Amino acid sequence: MAQTEYFDAGHRTCQGCESAMVLRWVAKAAGPNTIVIGATGCMYVANTTYYTTAWALPWIHTQLSGTGSAVVGTAAALKALMEKGKLPSEKINVIGICGDLGCADAGLSEVSNALTHTKYNFLILMYDNESSANTDIQETTMTPFGALTTFSPSGKQIRIMKYRWKKNMAAMMAVGHPEIKYVATAMAADPIDLYNKVRKALEIGGPTFIHTLDPCPKGWGYDPKYSHEIGKLAVETGLWPLFEIENGKFRLTGTSARIASGEIKRKPVKEYISRQTRFKHLTDEDIEYIQRKVDEMWEKWLIPGLLPLTKELPYPETAKT
Amino acid sequence: MVLKGDEDVEVVGTGTDAVAYALMLADVDVTSAYPIRPYGGVMQTVARLIADGYMKAEYIVAAHEHDQFEIVKHASAVGARTFVGSSGVGWLLAIEAIVATSTDRYPVVALIGNRALDDPGAYGVEHNDALMVRDVGWLLTWVDAAQEALDTTLIAYRVAEDPRIMLPVGISMDGAFLTHSEHAFKIPPKSKVQKFLPPYDLGNRKLHPSNVISVAPQVNEDWVTELRKQMDEAMKNARKVIEEAYRDFAKIFGRDYGNPFVEPYMVEDADVVMIGMGTVSKPIKEAVRRLRARGEKVGFLRIRWFRPFPTEDIIRYLSGVKVAAVVDRDYSFGSPFDGGAVFTEIRSALYEAEHRPLMMNFIGGLGGREITYNDAINMFNMALDAARKGKVEQRVIWYGVRE
Ligand SMILES: Cc1ncc(C[n+]2csc(CCOP(=O)(O)OP(=O)(O)O)c2C)c(N)n1
Ligand code: SF4
Repeated sequence: MAQTEYFDAGHRTCQGCESAMVLRWVAKAAGPNTIVIGATGCMYVANTTYYTTAWALPWIHTQLSGTGSAVVGTAAALKALMEKGKLPSEKINVIGICGDLGCADAGLSEVSNALTHTKYNFLILMYDNESSANTDIQETTMTPFGALTTFSPSGKQIRIMKYRWKKNMAAMMAVGHPEIKYVATAMAADPIDLYNKVRKALEIGGPTFIHTLDPCPKGWGYDPKYSHEIGKLAVETGLWPLFEIENGKFRLTGTSARIASGEIKRKPVKEYISRQTRFKHLTDEDIEYIQRKVDEMWEKWLIPGLLPLTKELPYPETAKT
Repeated sequence: MVLKGDEDVEVVGTGTDAVAYALMLADVDVTSAYPIRPYGGVMQTVARLIADGYMKAEYIVAAHEHDQFEIVKHASAVGARTFVGSSGVGWLLAIEAIVATSTDRYPVVALIGNRALDDPGAYGVEHNDALMVRDVGWLLTWVDAAQEALDTTLIAYRVAEDPRIMLPVGISMDGAFLTHSEHAFKIPPKSKVQKFLPPYDLGNRKLHPSNVISVAPQVNEDWVTELRKQMDEAMKNARKVIEEAYRDFAKIFGRDYGNPFVEPYMVEDADVVMIGMGTVSKPIKEAVRRLRARGEKVGFLRIRWFRPFPTEDIIRYLSGVKVAAVVDRDYSFGSPFDGGAVFTEIRSALYEAEHRPLMMNFIGGLGGREITYNDAINMFNMALDAARKGKVEQRVIWYGVRE
């Protein structure tokens, strides 16, 4: 593994920011022959202040919802220029980085469109701190059920403003884009797993997608020194299954694989939830509800974290007649 | 299609066809399409040219206009010559990327197939779509014929990519009247284009692993003023660069547009001059010819480049006339004298003139309604009447409104 850092000192992310750690590992895995595109969000604002960029790779900003478009434009241009002999032919990694709001909400159509462009090579990395963090922690479709944000406080009339269940983004990307060769989930607390996944995504070619879950001490409410621990708990409680889909083959990885094989038991979600102030208003019933949903994902889904069709229902009713 | 040799090839095609041929000649590397009429026509022809092997470019069908404009902005950042475009609401959907393209200084060239801003269900020509980007650092030009569309596209790349400019250019073309009407025009040979248009060179701003730079890092409040000032310098430089480009164009292609910024038509000794942009030139020029035959001293001034604005030419051609009447195929609600955008700009330019003419404004042809030769005659008659009386009774006239 390379010693050189390509995402280095010079950024202003919060202490314990897991998204910054993700970028560090992504940059390391990608190496110097890379162009990085970063959408508006914490990883733009905190990392690339004029005169003090953290990037030791060529880097360019794209608009909040522009990641899909930017990677396509970049990859297409490199292809055209190399084919016409206007640039020397070589493999250049194109990586687009977007937060959950930029990727899963605002830029979803661009990202989805990008993932169908199979003649271009790029990786879209969605770093998911489960909020619009840069604008002071607001709700997105990726904010988990019940979590407090500045747009979803707990009030006297309405205790739970964020009533919507988190969207299944990696699954959508994998299932909805039939020719995509690589989709994975990851997190900074398991850096080797993340590193390997980035390498695979970049080597396999075509459009690829990685979704990382990134604990954010500011938004989630915990002491920054626990970032890795919180990340690991998300996996250990089964809330965040780690997987990869390589050329259509699904595989759970790391702790998630060990849970699935029965080697280790899932921890109760309460262990994860009780560690963060964003869940402090939740009652035991709320937590039971979350537990039930997670149990359902592991026990009843065709593939945990990916395919919510239940195991009991392999055929539609009509198919039997 | 015959495209060999060093001779011009004469063809019949629409205004959007003409732009498509220019893109082929300019060897555009990346282009991105999204359907909306009347802009869509150009991409249909580009797609054909690519499918038939006449043109080699990465041709990307986008998810929507924001996607489209963001794609080319980033293709431009790694050194590709790009083309994009849209119409009406499409321009506005893309506005965020449009603004970033000029502030990041990428010389994208785009077609604006002018179209009304939609609701309720209007898609005929109006100029408000292009005028909405008037203040964000795009150069804007209006053409009135297919040949001019082809030529201007080549000129646009030359100007946009000039190191003194590095700003995007929007080429406006009246929906239907020019985008979809057929004209005879000449396709010049590639050899001439190569003499005129050097390869796109971003220099040390090219994003590439061998050039580790950060593009558009956050400047916060610290540097925005300086960046805007640099854009302003570039926009001001454009007046000189545009002149050079037209001069070289005339030398290499043998088509001389005279004054690049405005087209004066019988204005020299005119008492009344009508001013307009785009295809409204056709009926107005015809009216000028007929009225001249009757001894009326009338003329027409077509604005070709709207950004940068041809202030000097406006003063030069209009300061001596009795009445300057602007035909706006747009409107600017609540503007200083409740007139059109072009009227307001011209009024502002003429503030510096030694002899200010009386001014009238016709709001006409909105949403694609035709402005006929008879309409032009009517407008001239009103303006001539004001000239005789030495007084404008109604400053802004919504021409042909049904009460
Ligand atoms: C079109 C647009 N709308 C809103 C904003 C304001 N804005 C800046 S950063 C940001 C949050 C982005 O959230 P996310 O993508 O989740 O990234 P994070 O900040 O969490 O890293 C928003 C909404 C913007 N820059 N552009
Ligand atoms: S707010 Fe969260 S995501 Fe943003 S820099 Fe701080 S820890 Fe990282």
